Amino acid sequence: MNAPVGGHRLLELKNATKYFGSVVALNDVSISVHAGEVHALLGDNGAGKSTLIKILSGVHELTEGEMYVEGHPVRFASPREALDAGIATVFQDLAMVPLMSITRNFFMGREPTKGRGPWRRFDIDFANRVAHDEMRKIGIDVRDPSQAVGTLSGGERQCVAIARAVYFGAKVLILDEPTSALGVKQAAMVLRYIAQARARNLGVVFITHNVHHAYPVADTFTLLNRGQSMGTFKKSEITREQVLEKMAGGRELSELEHDLDEFARADRGVKNGRA
Amino acid sequence: MRRTPLLARLLGRPDLGAISGAVLVFVFFGITAGGSGMFGAEGVMNWLVVSAELGIVASAAAMLMIAGEFDLSIGSMIGFAGMMIAIPATYFHWPIWVAILFAFAGAMSIGALNGYLVVRTRLPSFIVSLAFLFILRGLTLALSILFANRTIVSGFKETAGSDWLGDAFGGKIGQGVFRWLADADIIGKFKDGTPVVPGLPMSVVWWLGMTAVGSWVLLRTRFGNWIFASGGDVNAARNVGVPTRRVKISLFITTAFASAVFATCQVMEFGSAAADRGTLKEFEAIIAAVIGGNLLTGGYGSVIGAAFGALIFGVVQMGIFYTGVNTDWFQVFLGVMLLLAVLFNNFIRHRVTGSRA
Repeated sequence: MNAPVGGHRLLELKNATKYFGSVVALNDVSISVHAGEVHALLGDNGAGKSTLIKILSGVHELTEGEMYVEGHPVRFASPREALDAGIATVFQDLAMVPLMSITRNFFMGREPTKGRGPWRRFDIDFANRVAHDEMRKIGIDVRDPSQAVGTLSGGERQCVAIARAVYFGAKVLILDEPTSALGVKQAAMVLRYIAQARARNLGVVFITHNVHHAYPVADTFTLLNRGQSMGTFKKSEITREQVLEKMAGGRELSELEHDLDEFARADRGVKNGRA
Repeated sequence: MRRTPLLARLLGRPDLGAISGAVLVFVFFGITAGGSGMFGAEGVMNWLVVSAELGIVASAAAMLMIAGEFDLSIGSMIGFAGMMIAIPATYFHWPIWVAILFAFAGAMSIGALNGYLVVRTRLPSFIVSLAFLFILRGLTLALSILFANRTIVSGFKETAGSDWLGDAFGGKIGQGVFRWLADADIIGKFKDGTPVVPGLPMSVVWWLGMTAVGSWVLLRTRFGNWIFASGGDVNAARNVGVPTRRVKISLFITTAFASAVFATCQVMEFGSAAADRGTLKEFEAIIAAVIGGNLLTGGYGSVIGAAFGALIFGVVQMGIFYTGVNTDWFQVFLGVMLLLAVLFNNFIRHRVTGSRA
């Protein structure tokens, strides 16, 4: 095993296996996440990334294997239980409602209240203030936190989702393809924020198929292929090219390159023949 | 904290369209029917009661619509709940208040079943509640014939008059005020000195009360935020721990409750129940909600908007009568207004979510 990067171990998955009927979605995968570490989980489509996230976030239960949070064995029956244990997942579809305001989204499911009994009500002033301040902390100055989330850019929405998780005391952030739908500038905004979360001593699991987004910000890499782990590497142990190589796409990419060369040669041949 | 400018904030309100629509409608009828008695005490009561009864069910329909569901069984539930009061009161000689409580319990249980089936089967609520539209209407007819051998049950108005719970629905309040208004010649009075309008019907009170409570719940409580979340994106809501099933079932119970209020007001006012009461009310409630700025797709809307939608509905329906125009034109007017409201709502949604959505 590799020596831990960063602080103490926050989340650990041991020999995780998940069957859906007779299909093996995940086979004997072990990963661990430490405080102040960005752990990139890389793999092509169908590698088992989604299954792994859903296990960590409490959507699916493990068929075999164990999960530990700060050394204690856990089993999550729902996403809410995972959240309460400090494991916050930002799903690809963001868990944001575009028609609702930033504030209402920020506090969705965990609305602060004031008053008692039948007068217990949503403390909207407090919620607006917090949403505004938390957004400013990450460098997004929203004009009015009661504006709809739909008016924000993709990167900003991603940041709201992450800021929400951090504000509610997440110890481990699981980010599902946070940059995949974004342009270069927007992706940079999110990557910067991931680095910021690490600096606040959170553990981050960064799921992506894009090595170029993962490599600059991650400390550790676990490569998945067809439901199996192809190993965990510290950044010092592996280069960007090796990561690419080891991903399912690695071999196929070089095959593609080869094929393209063939096409180019054939094309030249045709042109020469005609000339 | 900077605030968005007033105009932009107003445009972001879902009920803006309905409020300005109501103003337009009043201006229109003020000009065309100003001298016809439409705005005299009796005329006002006419359209106010129509608006109030529709508003009672529209407020609940609006909240359910914001949570992303429809209840097409509202109209049939009105007929069914009315019979649940009238038959036990007339044929089993139950006290009126017991019959009313029985009707509410019955209606709300059916509402719960309706909601449970929707969240359990994940079928569109349109279909599930459409089934209940027929089941309840059929049951109302069949059971009325079975127990009473007729489809109109009347003749307990005398008993109803003295019932405390019956008065909470079919009574009137503010008699003193109206008598004073008549004495001061502000409103008309009969030859014997009694005012032409003896008091404010309880249906109006229920309308205002349900709108106020509904709007407060929607905008100022946790449950209200869950309503928006359940309708905006049910998966997102569930992922952050919003109990979306409980929210939706509660709102189906609320629409059933509102239908029972509507039915009780009518039964107590007329002293009779009929198996065909409430026909088409489910669509009128949805129309009022849509005119009120509630999106058919859920996640956005306003209970106050629905109240104004119901007001527009009532004023137009009654107002056409006062203008002397053939009342057949009402439906044309209604359809055009619905279309305009939907177009306006669409425009608002694009504004709210920006060009990126």
